Amino acid sequence: MFDQLDLTTLLFGRLTWESFPYHDPIIVATFVVVAIGGLAMLALVTRYRLWGYLWNEWFTTIDHKKIGIMYMILGIIMLLRGFADAIMMRIQQAIAFDGSMGYLPPEHYDQIFTAHGVIMIFFVAMPMVTGLMNYVVPLQIGARDVAFPFLNNFSFWMTTSGAVLLMVSLFVGEFAKTGWLAYPPLSGILQSPGVGVDYYIWSLQIAGVGTLLSGINLLVTIVKMRAPGMTMMKMPVFTWTSLCTNVLIVAAFPVLTAVLGMLTLDRYLGTAFFTNDLGGNAMMYINLIWIWGHPEVYILILPLFGVFSEVVSTYSGKRLFGYASMVYATVVITVLSYLVWLHHFFTMGSGASVNSFFGITTMIISIPTGAKIFNWLFTMYRGRIQFEVPMLWTMGFIVTFVIGGMTGVLLAVPPADFVLHNSLFLVAHFHNVIIGGVLFGLFAGITYWFPKAFGYKLDPFWGKVSFWCWLVGFWLAFMPLYVLGLMGVTRRMSHFDDSSLQIWFQIAAFGAFLIAIGIAAFLFQFVVSYRRRESLRDTTGDPWNGRTLEWSTSSPPPAYNFAFTPQVHDIDAWWQMKQHGFQRPQAGFLPVHMPKNTGAGIILAGISTVLGFALIWHMWLLAGASFVALLAVTIGHTFNYKRDYYIPADEVARVESERTRMLAEHV
Amino acid sequence: MSEHHHDTHDHHHEDGPHSSFKGYMTGFLLSVVLTTIPFWLVMADVFENRNITALVILGFALIQICVHMVFFLHLNFHSEGGWNMLALIFTLVLVFITLAGSLWVMYHLNHNMMPGMMHEHNLSP
Repeated sequence: MFDQLDLTTLLFGRLTWESFPYHDPIIVATFVVVAIGGLAMLALVTRYRLWGYLWNEWFTTIDHKKIGIMYMILGIIMLLRGFADAIMMRIQQAIAFDGSMGYLPPEHYDQIFTAHGVIMIFFVAMPMVTGLMNYVVPLQIGARDVAFPFLNNFSFWMTTSGAVLLMVSLFVGEFAKTGWLAYPPLSGILQSPGVGVDYYIWSLQIAGVGTLLSGINLLVTIVKMRAPGMTMMKMPVFTWTSLCTNVLIVAAFPVLTAVLGMLTLDRYLGTAFFTNDLGGNAMMYINLIWIWGHPEVYILILPLFGVFSEVVSTYSGKRLFGYASMVYATVVITVLSYLVWLHHFFTMGSGASVNSFFGITTMIISIPTGAKIFNWLFTMYRGRIQFEVPMLWTMGFIVTFVIGGMTGVLLAVPPADFVLHNSLFLVAHFHNVIIGGVLFGLFAGITYWFPKAFGYKLDPFWGKVSFWCWLVGFWLAFMPLYVLGLMGVTRRMSHFDDSSLQIWFQIAAFGAFLIAIGIAAFLFQFVVSYRRRESLRDTTGDPWNGRTLEWSTSSPPPAYNFAFTPQVHDIDAWWQMKQHGFQRPQAGFLPVHMPKNTGAGIILAGISTVLGFALIWHMWLLAGASFVALLAVTIGHTFNYKRDYYIPADEVARVESERTRMLAEHV
Repeated sequence: MSEHHHDTHDHHHEDGPHSSFKGYMTGFLLSVVLTTIPFWLVMADVFENRNITALVILGFALIQICVHMVFFLHLNFHSEGGWNMLALIFTLVLVFITLAGSLWVMYHLNHNMMPGMMHEHNLSP
């Protein structure tokens, strides 16, 4: 590797003009659109002199609320990219019949399905789940910020850094063609000598740092910073599920880091952990990555179970049915999620004893999940249900998720799995639970907490359009895949010979287009709501007659969240305060101690992006330099002692009296 | 070393029995004893069978880990409101699941799929 070093390879590594895919018209067209859009964006920001505002108020912020919003924006942007991949695949599979190879060459198609999976899990679902937890958890537990505010900013930018690297792979080089978990030996250096898998590895490793740190941060926040009186069994359910999710993150993500680290060693240094020869064992990679991968599934879904619990009890005007059983179900799922990983590779050949153990544990884990479904139904039973948009998403979820759960139990039977393994039935199953569970939950959560974050509700009409398009689109897009899977069609095919299958793919493509309308309506909803913000204004801070502490603050909440730390007496703390005629304190404010903004997070993440890029392309000089820079900035940041400031008592009093005035005007 | 010691004194501890001379001495003496016995077991060839020696040494190592955690890391059921112990137990459970599970899974896999490469290939599946 080092024997023929010249200046060009030292500087540019493997990067040559040939690395840029200028010969592929689809990518060039995409690049032109992205470049024009990006330049227009930069021009607008410059034109309206927003750089200072963005830098001071957003990029360097350590306010958990703003970081939460930035996570959501990142997730929505990446959702568009991930969905673009999805619709390209749907079109390809709908037309690639009867000798037609479709419009995507196989090596491009392979990159698309890999990128789709990686983006949707790591850069859509994870940031949005983290964003919701970031925004809501400190407000729900009566805290002024998370435990480590700077770390929060740093985590966000590391996640973004991973996303940026992945996006760069679209225009510089290629992305992995291995599927979203990059199984060796296909992802090994012999089968994948290009930069694709290296993009995969480094974008996940960098984003993984962010995920792990934010997991630690929120875990400590929930354990240590709850308002007085909020014992564990008085925490809101969303906080409970967030706690369990962050426990899972902290316990599971190091496994992913280690597995990818070993794959990196195999690819860069010629070790033989997962190779076919020299005593390597590729199946060990699959075993280890699913030890991370299955808890990851529950990392994604648990917080959304919390969202549904909040939504159901709020819009039913009732206390959540079976709070304790909800908590225990969550904890049981947390532990059991570590005991089922082998169901992802029943066909590997571990034999009857191993397979039956993991088949049974998989069936057992559906029991606490089923208990939750009954709790939500019983909460709705005899409630005064308001059919607001979040409630629609919740009911759509219950119906859809139950079907997805049942096909999951079906797949948990090893003999059935032998028939359906790697088929479109599996693809339909996990989209059924991830779209029907995670995405529906995210949309419910966004609509539910949007007025809290921005001070006005989302326009319900476009929310309903989005909901119905998503719901119908989902069923049309994925039910055909169940059928195809039962007929034995395998996943990740770029073209087909049997033309009798085509109609099912065409129906699926139609469903995907309905979902596209759903996404467009979702985005349009923001525009419409912004324009109608005066009529949708939430002056009370409690637009839904909520039950938990976040609704006791103004919308949007002040930077310090709570002028006085609330005292908690009940599970539904705010509801109990309202019942007992709670009066907001009008005087006696004290200065509030707050952390100060810092640019260190974005700078470190920026350098990490450069480091990742250099490592991908074997630019050893740049890699060394950026690594040194990373250390230097980290050490330099430790000498920054100006980390906090006080919001003066006068300022707090002014903000609070403003709110008192606003509340009085709109009684 | 002394600076570090100074730091820990400055830091305000609220709960739990901490850093008493007696505690550290007890831990130290226990550690010495628990190290000396395995040493003697090996040096004096106490057991005929080496596997037994290895197992006994492993047992002492486990006890020693507990001694370190209790006397040097001040682990007990009260520190941080019990969260420390809970986190430790959870970690141990997960590490056990991961290691034992992987060994079990991979052993059966190799046994079924690569019988020629296993020494135990005469065992029934």
